[in-house]
Amino acid sequence: MSHIRKKLVLVGNGMAGVRAIEHLLKLSPEAYEITIFGSEPHPNYNRIMLSSVLAGGTSMEEIVINDLEWYHSHGIRLYMGHTITKIDTVQRKVFSDQGVVLPYDELILATGSNPFMLPLPGADKEGVIAFRDIKDCQMMQETSQTYRKAVVIGGGLLGLEAARGLLHLGMEVSVVHIHPYIMERQLDEPASIMLRKELEEQGMKFLLSKQSEAILGKKRVKSLLFADGEVAEADLIVMAVGIKPNVELAQKSGVEINRGIIVNDFMETNIPGIYAVGECAEHRGIAYGLVAPLYEQGAVLAKRLAQVATEGYSGSVTSTKLKVSGVDVFSAGQFIERPGTRALRYQDEIDGVYKKLVIKDDKLVGAVLFGDTGDGAQLFSMIKNGENIKGKEKELLLGLSSDALASPKGNRLEGMADDEIICGCNGVSKGAIAEAIQSGGCTSVGQIKACTKASASCGGCKPLVEGLLQLYAGDHVVTVKEGICGCTTLGRDEIVAEIKRMELKTVKEVMNVLEWNNEEGCPKCRPSLNYYLGMLWPEEYVDEKESRITNERYHANIQKDGTYSVVPRIYGGVTSPAELMKIAEVAAKFDVPLVKFTGGQRLDLLGVKKEDLPKMWEELDMPSGHAYGKTLRTVKTCVGSTFCRFGTQDAMGMGIKLEKAFERLNTPGKVKLAVSGCPRNCAEATIKDFGVVAIDGGWELHIGGNGGVHVRATDLLCVVKTDDEVMEWASAFLQYYRENAGWNERTAQWVERVGLDSIKAALEVREDRLALQERIQTALSLTTDPWKQIVNEPELRKNFEQLSEMKTVLEGEAI
Amino acid sequence: MTMTKILVGKVTDIDMKGSRTVRMGDKEIGLFRLSDGEVLAVENKCPHKGGVLSEGMVCGSKVHCPLHDWRIDLHSGAVQAPDHGHVVTYEVEVDRSTGSIYLTLEGSL
Ligand SMILES: Cc1cc2nc3c(=O)[nH]c(=O)nc-3n(C[C@H](O)[C@H](O)[C@H](O)COP(=O)(O)OP(=O)(O)OC[C@H]3O[C@@H](n4cnc5c(N)ncnc54)[C@H](O)[C@@H]3O)c2cc1C
Ligand code: SF4
Ligand code: FES
Repeated sequence: MSHIRKKLVLVGNGMAGVRAIEHLLKLSPEAYEITIFGSEPHPNYNRIMLSSVLAGGTSMEEIVINDLEWYHSHGIRLYMGHTITKIDTVQRKVFSDQGVVLPYDELILATGSNPFMLPLPGADKEGVIAFRDIKDCQMMQETSQTYRKAVVIGGGLLGLEAARGLLHLGMEVSVVHIHPYIMERQLDEPASIMLRKELEEQGMKFLLSKQSEAILGKKRVKSLLFADGEVAEADLIVMAVGIKPNVELAQKSGVEINRGIIVNDFMETNIPGIYAVGECAEHRGIAYGLVAPLYEQGAVLAKRLAQVATEGYSGSVTSTKLKVSGVDVFSAGQFIERPGTRALRYQDEIDGVYKKLVIKDDKLVGAVLFGDTGDGAQLFSMIKNGENIKGKEKELLLGLSSDALASPKGNRLEGMADDEIICGCNGVSKGAIAEAIQSGGCTSVGQIKACTKASASCGGCKPLVEGLLQLYAGDHVVTVKEGICGCTTLGRDEIVAEIKRMELKTVKEVMNVLEWNNEEGCPKCRPSLNYYLGMLWPEEYVDEKESRITNERYHANIQKDGTYSVVPRIYGGVTSPAELMKIAEVAAKFDVPLVKFTGGQRLDLLGVKKEDLPKMWEELDMPSGHAYGKTLRTVKTCVGSTFCRFGTQDAMGMGIKLEKAFERLNTPGKVKLAVSGCPRNCAEATIKDFGVVAIDGGWELHIGGNGGVHVRATDLLCVVKTDDEVMEWASAFLQYYRENAGWNERTAQWVERVGLDSIKAALEVREDRLALQERIQTALSLTTDPWKQIVNEPELRKNFEQLSEMKTVLEGEAI
Repeated sequence: MTMTKILVGKVTDIDMKGSRTVRMGDKEIGLFRLSDGEVLAVENKCPHKGGVLSEGMVCGSKVHCPLHDWRIDLHSGAVQAPDHGHVVTYEVEVDRSTGSIYLTLEGSL
């Protein structure tokens, strides 16, 4: 560009300001020479996610939104750790506390808010902090290492999230609230009470209707004194009683303020060339404290600066979601009944669900959801849209049926402005998602997530993302076909059919012939193809080790610290003193830090170094327990008729027989079996992939159970009389599963997907069962014990060892 | 700057599309053998959360971190979109006649 670029300066390197810059760069990448000043010594990070950092599961690095490379690659000059202390609005210059003076043509103030600190006597003591930035978060983490008692003042969103985080850090936490109900600004009484009970169950204590009076202690806080004379002990006090817009700089510089910096619909302040966005800005009397409105403001400002037409910002309806795991709370709009409104309520204290909708003039104006917030996103968009819901009220309350949603949802999303934010956590607009679908070729929520990060954090917006996917990809049904991964548009069944039809015999061949669009695939399709090929051509296909996931490659489970665990096979969970002694000897010899019984009745030796694995296997001289793979894991048994007075059959014998028959089998997902000696079912067979329960004179065969995240009880497949029949049906069922399920699909999901009846029908005829049994036996006959194999083959064993420096060849000066 | 060239093994020590590691001082380096025979070396630690890259799957000239599937280009060390970041890469030389792998490191040992 030939003309001189105008100078744009942003004060405040936070979520709202940088978001506006990102938007501006999209609209008009060359228009400005951009400089950003930020007090915090960090690039722009996702403040919202501080709660998740505290609560565990997210690291500080992960919450960075724009890393330094981003600033660099967009030619943005960044002054981290610089606070602007003065603006010369006449000469158009800003001054930083580190002595930098810079002229500007346009200036954005995005200074955010300051936490409101109660002016209590003693509030300046050590151990009294707010919850606002990385520094606060680190302080809490540090404090929790040496101190025990935390008090959070403020039972609002922020306070509760801080309290949850402190609990996670192992502190005893009390939440002090001035009102009798927590989160009274977002919830009505019933929901508030349900929430409190839930949090109490998680270990939080509450001190309600309490007025804080003074903070006691010498140098460091010791306790908190209340107006009623009571005292709460505290080693740490977190104040989360509210925020106030940070207007100091603006005020000093003569920019008009009220509570916040006053802006018009175009985010302009009273001084030409100066704009304000974010929590520091006050628009039509409101200073917002949530990101979605700030992002909307940022979009308007970006258009203004890029000289793109915009209708301006007209305010936002906000919704909130508490980011505390195990509790789902949602609230939006005007959720307390006022004159002229009507409310619908649904309360279920058994499942802990509460819903309330507030309706005015046949329109939804507010909602509170507790326990089941799945409809939150849709309800919120109805509130914003103001559509007429007459006649649908009850349906909305009791759960949005697909019917109620089908057309209106489409319309609602269609009518939504492009820069409206869909994913609040990551600031992804409708437009960005639409673009990802239309030009980016995204055809699934997963791909949209990968491409835009929408729905990647709290997941609350997933229904809307799904809606947009339908809206924009729905017409091109052909192109949106969901492949097994990003490398292909073909689904599992198509791939398996093509492999069979064209007799494809290697992973590479499949990828070439079926026109994979990523050379050598990805960690999703490679293991799937490896599985399908092995299942289809058991005799010819050579398993591709490099296409297996880590655990299956090393035949051990990798633990979070990079060590591995060793679980030897103990058939049916029945062992002997000699075997136990051997295990104990090996564990002692290799200094195994932890020995544990698993849920599947096995012994787990944890904390083993990778290079020790083959040596341990060699000394154990027991078969691999396959505790790491998509294969038969364990057959759990009860003692059955051998010892139990209720037992009707030999459960242990049956379990051992099954385990010996099916060990080493490759399956789409892991497979767990159990055998109980009577319907008391002590081996918990009804949450297993294949469960066998003895009855008087026979066996019940159960399938499709799961005890994991989504517990599913089994369906009864049939009742048989003899042991041989058990083996026949188990073989047929497992082989049918192997031949028909998708890779990584557990039996529970598979049974739900294809339906119990279809499986029953496939196994009904004896000839079919025998054919399946024969195929599974072929597959089984070709397996070998992987541990033995590795122990005996140096070519495989080498992968467990590090390379070492053999010699230094050259040491010298280069360049 | 001083450069040190070190013999760490032979091409055949690494499986096709596989990897091995070597420790140099306090650093662990992952050596990867691509399907075209090329051997590349990067710091064996994912910039995301420290996943052990040598245990990831090698697809083309990229390795997928086993922990959260970040994709890292083994030539440049660059993390692929939508994620951002970088790992250190090391110069590798393979003697075609002997199959010896040499690693070049900055600084003397
Ligand atoms: C723990 C926590 C959880 C939250 N959870 C949610 C949530 O779930 N949903 C939601 O919508 N919102 C949530 N919020 C609120 C949300 O984070 C804020 O609304 C948002 O970050 C405000 O953006 P901003 O850019 O206006 O301010 P900030 O992100 O605070 O950025 C302002 C920046 O400007 C800097 N600054 C100030 N003055 C100067 C100066 N003079 N010179 C240079 N730099 C300066 C500040 O240091 C700061 O880095 C949460 C907030 C916190 C603290
Ligand atoms: S399931 Fe029946 S047989 Fe087995 S231990 Fe329990 S009560 Fe005894
Ligand atoms: S640690 Fe590598 S992707 Fe998370």
